[in-house]
Amino acid sequence: MDFGQSITLSAVGVHLLVGLSRAMILFIVSSGLSFVLGVLRVPNVAHGSLYMIGAFAAFTLNNAFGGGSAGFWLALVLSPFVVAGVALVAERALFCHLYQREHLMLLLFTFALMLILGDLVKMVWGADYRSITTPEVLEGSLPILGSSFPKYNLFLLIVGPLVAVGLYLFTNKTKIGKIARAAAVDRDMVDAIGINVSWVFAFAFVLGCFLAGLGGALVAPTISVTLGMDHDIIIEAFLIVTIGGLGNMWGALLGSLIFGVTQSLGVLLWPQFAIVFPYLAVVIVLVWRPTGMLKSVW
Amino acid sequence: MQRGPFNWKTLWPYAAVFAALLFLPMALSRFYIYITAVIYVTALLAMSLNMVVGHGGLYQFHHAAFYGVGAYTCALILVRTELPAWVAFAAAPFAAAFTGLLIGWFCVRLNKLYFGMLQISLGSLLWAIVFRWYDLTGGDDGIHGVPIPDAISTINTSYYFILLVLAACVSVMYLIYRSPFGKTLQAIRDNPERCEAVGINVRRHQLMGIVVATFFAGIAGVLFVVVEGSVFPDLLFWVLSLEVFIMCLLGGWFTFAGPMVGAAVTVALRTFVGTYTEYWTLILGVILILLIFFLPEGVMGFIIEKVQGGEAEE
Repeated sequence: MDFGQSITLSAVGVHLLVGLSRAMILFIVSSGLSFVLGVLRVPNVAHGSLYMIGAFAAFTLNNAFGGGSAGFWLALVLSPFVVAGVALVAERALFCHLYQREHLMLLLFTFALMLILGDLVKMVWGADYRSITTPEVLEGSLPILGSSFPKYNLFLLIVGPLVAVGLYLFTNKTKIGKIARAAAVDRDMVDAIGINVSWVFAFAFVLGCFLAGLGGALVAPTISVTLGMDHDIIIEAFLIVTIGGLGNMWGALLGSLIFGVTQSLGVLLWPQFAIVFPYLAVVIVLVWRPTGMLKSVW
Repeated sequence: MQRGPFNWKTLWPYAAVFAALLFLPMALSRFYIYITAVIYVTALLAMSLNMVVGHGGLYQFHHAAFYGVGAYTCALILVRTELPAWVAFAAAPFAAAFTGLLIGWFCVRLNKLYFGMLQISLGSLLWAIVFRWYDLTGGDDGIHGVPIPDAISTINTSYYFILLVLAACVSVMYLIYRSPFGKTLQAIRDNPERCEAVGINVRRHQLMGIVVATFFAGIAGVLFVVVEGSVFPDLLFWVLSLEVFIMCLLGGWFTFAGPMVGAAVTVALRTFVGTYTEYWTLILGVILILLIFFLPEGVMGFIIEKVQGGEAEE
């Protein structure tokens, strides 16, 4: 067994912070997945592909605006909308005709969508590795707890809670958000009082995918953007949503924190098996509470 | 009308196909024999999944994990130990079935999507371990050059070995499908509450179904090692699980032989479309969407419906 560096308090602190910032990306992506799951009752396998498209779109937009600070911020704001556009087309053209079918069919439809989107990304962007440079404000690191901590991760730690609050306000305080939640609980009743459920579903789907795109755009500067990143994120997001409680936004947050922190502490404890730790955490949670930690909307 | 399990009237097409397949290697080049063997392995995997998905109504989302356990068990015994090959071949299905028992024991307490998600997480845990345990499994490189016994190491002999194993397995599966146990499983799929009410232990039957299905998945894993001579972590990755799921849909999961058709179509598509364009998954995705929209019963289900005049088999 090759253990990592000696475990000091400062190392634990920094790994904890890195894990938390990773958890923020996971939260943004999985809250979108959870929202779609809650309202539409469909596990959207293509969610990871939309995350990947978000990252690639950020790369292209960043270059189109000449890189640098302006390019980064514009890319960050615009690429979720690109993803939302893709989602809207897929939903209105195909998906909306299938809502009456059984769940397994819907799941397989989203898998088909994943296959198609994956190849479309390959067509448009190719199989090369891409990277985005962070703007000067977020470059470099800050000294925290006696170690250096990347500024960009700190930025993620701010964006994550903002998205959580925004999503909470949206689903609890706005009319359309309340309708979406109502449709999640009793779709027929919402239909009966004269609300166009089909468009509510479309809206929920697009919003969920918007969050996937935002996650992709946010993660782009920290990793090399490439094909296959959809496969990794989607399984993580699924497990997070499951341990949190299907459709529960706070559950997605809790699940992301568990996943991100166990992974980064795993790196500290036993680097070789770091990826095993979050899966182990998921299994433990599910054996303890099979339907997730928080109440599911199902 | 009550028919025996092996009724000539329904089985002669299968017997005819089997006889034709016996002569296939004489007409095909090496490459096509190899592809056909890959189809057989995949067909067995899809058939084993369909035992619980199509006939059992379970959300078996991570079937590939058991396939991978079978393949790795076989490969590890062949590479790391001096034991005779038949021990490896025999041990692998039992290892897979034991894994199925363990994972299934946790999963059957849950319903539908929760069942599926728990299985994906447990299967992914296995995948993560195999992926990183370099000392034992070779990690993401996998294990290559697994020594296959001389008797079945050439392309022709391995073809016959795999075909015979497939035929034997499918026959046993058919017996199980027509047995009281199989009928009970199908009844549980259609109405679990009523089955519970008439005194059937639903959970235990589902668990037994999973153990049997994972046993066959383990055999498919062994056959994979025979045909490829290597194993790698992708065998346990969830993408493969969903691909196999699609094969069942493609062929028709309420039919008995449908998944084999689905496996053949998928492997053929990957091989032949793959030589023309690198975008074969795009084409698979489009076919799948067309299928979901226009042919939800699958290819085989559609044919059976046409042949039998609207009354699909079972």
